[in-house]
Amino acid sequence: MITLEKIYKTYVLGGEEVHALDGVDLTIDEKEFVAVIGASGSGKSTLMNIIGCLDTADSGNYFIDGQNIMDMTEKEIGIMRNRKIGFIFQQFNLIPKLNAFENVELPLIYQGVGAKERKDRVKEALTKVGLEDRMYHRPNQLSGGQQQRVAVARALVTKPTLILADEPTGNLDSKSSKDIMNLIKELHAQGNTIVLITHDNNIAAEAPRQVQLMDGKIIRDSAEKGGNANEI
Amino acid sequence: MKFNQALKMALSSVLSNKMRSFLTMLGIIVGVMAVTLLISLVQGATNTITAELGNLGGTNLTCMIYDSSSRFTLEELKALEEEESIGLTSAYLQANGTLKAAGNQYDAAVYGVTENYMDMQSVKVETGRGILEIDNEYRLNVCVVGVEVAKELFGNTDVIGEIIRINGKDYKVVGVLKEMGANSMSSVDTQIFIPFTNAQRLFAQTSITSFYVSATSDETIEQAEKYMNDYLKAKCGEDNYMVLNMGMIIELVEEVYNTLSYMLGGIAAISLLVGGIGIMNIMLVSVTERTKEIGIRKAIGAQKSDIIVQFLIESVVLSLMGGMIGMILSGGILGIINLFSTDVKFSITIPVALLAVLFSVGVGVIFGIYPANKAANLKPIDALRFE
Repeated sequence: MITLEKIYKTYVLGGEEVHALDGVDLTIDEKEFVAVIGASGSGKSTLMNIIGCLDTADSGNYFIDGQNIMDMTEKEIGIMRNRKIGFIFQQFNLIPKLNAFENVELPLIYQGVGAKERKDRVKEALTKVGLEDRMYHRPNQLSGGQQQRVAVARALVTKPTLILADEPTGNLDSKSSKDIMNLIKELHAQGNTIVLITHDNNIAAEAPRQVQLMDGKIIRDSAEKGGNANEI
Repeated sequence: MKFNQALKMALSSVLSNKMRSFLTMLGIIVGVMAVTLLISLVQGATNTITAELGNLGGTNLTCMIYDSSSRFTLEELKALEEEESIGLTSAYLQANGTLKAAGNQYDAAVYGVTENYMDMQSVKVETGRGILEIDNEYRLNVCVVGVEVAKELFGNTDVIGEIIRINGKDYKVVGVLKEMGANSMSSVDTQIFIPFTNAQRLFAQTSITSFYVSATSDETIEQAEKYMNDYLKAKCGEDNYMVLNMGMIIELVEEVYNTLSYMLGGIAAISLLVGGIGIMNIMLVSVTERTKEIGIRKAIGAQKSDIIVQFLIESVVLSLMGGMIGMILSGGILGIINLFSTDVKFSITIPVALLAVLFSVGVGVIFGIYPANKAANLKPIDALRFE
């Protein structure tokens, strides 16, 4: 479903070349729940940005549902992000001026979904994350855990191929972290494909498959080499 | 993304920052106000002046003969009316006279005129009668006075039947003219009219030196002008006469005022330009301020065009609102001016309103494009990382 082939990405930081990704091969199948672990500087954020089509690789191939991102125009990549990928960020990244409902509605607006259908789907997504009674609160009127749940609802609402979570519990207390992890596991159980990026082994352990990154290379994949999915 | 969604977003963004939006708009408000006010004022003045010139006879030709030895007579003038392009003719003679009556003295312009003069020059009689053919035929000592003349000499305008002494000769008042108002360009209020033939004798003039010829219509005025030129050239010789076309003078005045309004409008447009730069500044600040928001929007699927449209609409909404407010304000100011001005009425005409609206939209688009483009070209990853 998503396949990365020989992905290289190099940054120049302070005149020095940093090989953030150094030939990464990775295949993630439908309905999988994969945790990408690595220390800071291991390249996991870069990997997440490339998987999320927020950034493009220097070389290599990246297929989502058989389509190669490297051949796409900026506009096509935008559509890809909009329809196939749902983001959950460490910083929540909600728009402060908009309330929970409007934040969740936004990706559907960009998809051009009609107002009535939008309303139904937003309500459905917010109910799923347990925020049906907080729909018209702004982010600053919500707790961290609640904000992250709005973000989860926003990721869900487009029914994406892939939900990409970048340290989703990084800014949360342990109780909220647990809630969010339970929510993510629940989403997985409902058949969503999830890629979770974290530096925390305990969090990663909740995922059936772990991929460990170091210095831009995959050094361990619990599903082993060969690319076939492990059974859940 | 649909347009009305983008519009809703832009409006909520403008409204969520009311003070800043207002300050941004201020430049446009002042600019549009200056443009509409200046153009409307000049237009109002132009309309009044051309209307007044029109009163003087839009189809009239003013003819002057410099060479008094050419002996142009009233009979010859009357004969001109036979020409098919010519309607009426009227001779006149103007001189300064000293008027005396009821122990008062007043210096006024004395006009000796034939019977068509008042019609051709739109001079209206309020009470009594005007100068008639019979007055000229018998060189009667009658006069028709302007309101100011009557008031100066008698203290009131109820003066029919009174006697006025002009340069030592007595004239009976047979009519009083309608008041034109003090601000009028060529007010008849301070004039006194007597029969042309009588004036010729009073001022010792034998030949007609000035007269009006009216064309039968707007279409025939050029034909009439040509005819008069040919006629007077044959009669008086080259360089001894002049034929003035009032229509041409009106056109000339309009042209001058148009140029003036373009010039003033152009000067005022500079303030619109400054207002536009203000909008660009604020939009650029807004782009920087909302870099993260742009990143989020792009991450969840906003296209480059969505971001451009959002920021562009925002700047157009700002400038359009500013333009509308500016126009309403200048409408209010013109209303106040109208309260105090009796003769000239000023108003914002539809073309001026359209111009102002288009101009402010244009300002919004032109000065919004750069910030909008800047916002849209941010890479989502860089924008997201921005703190």
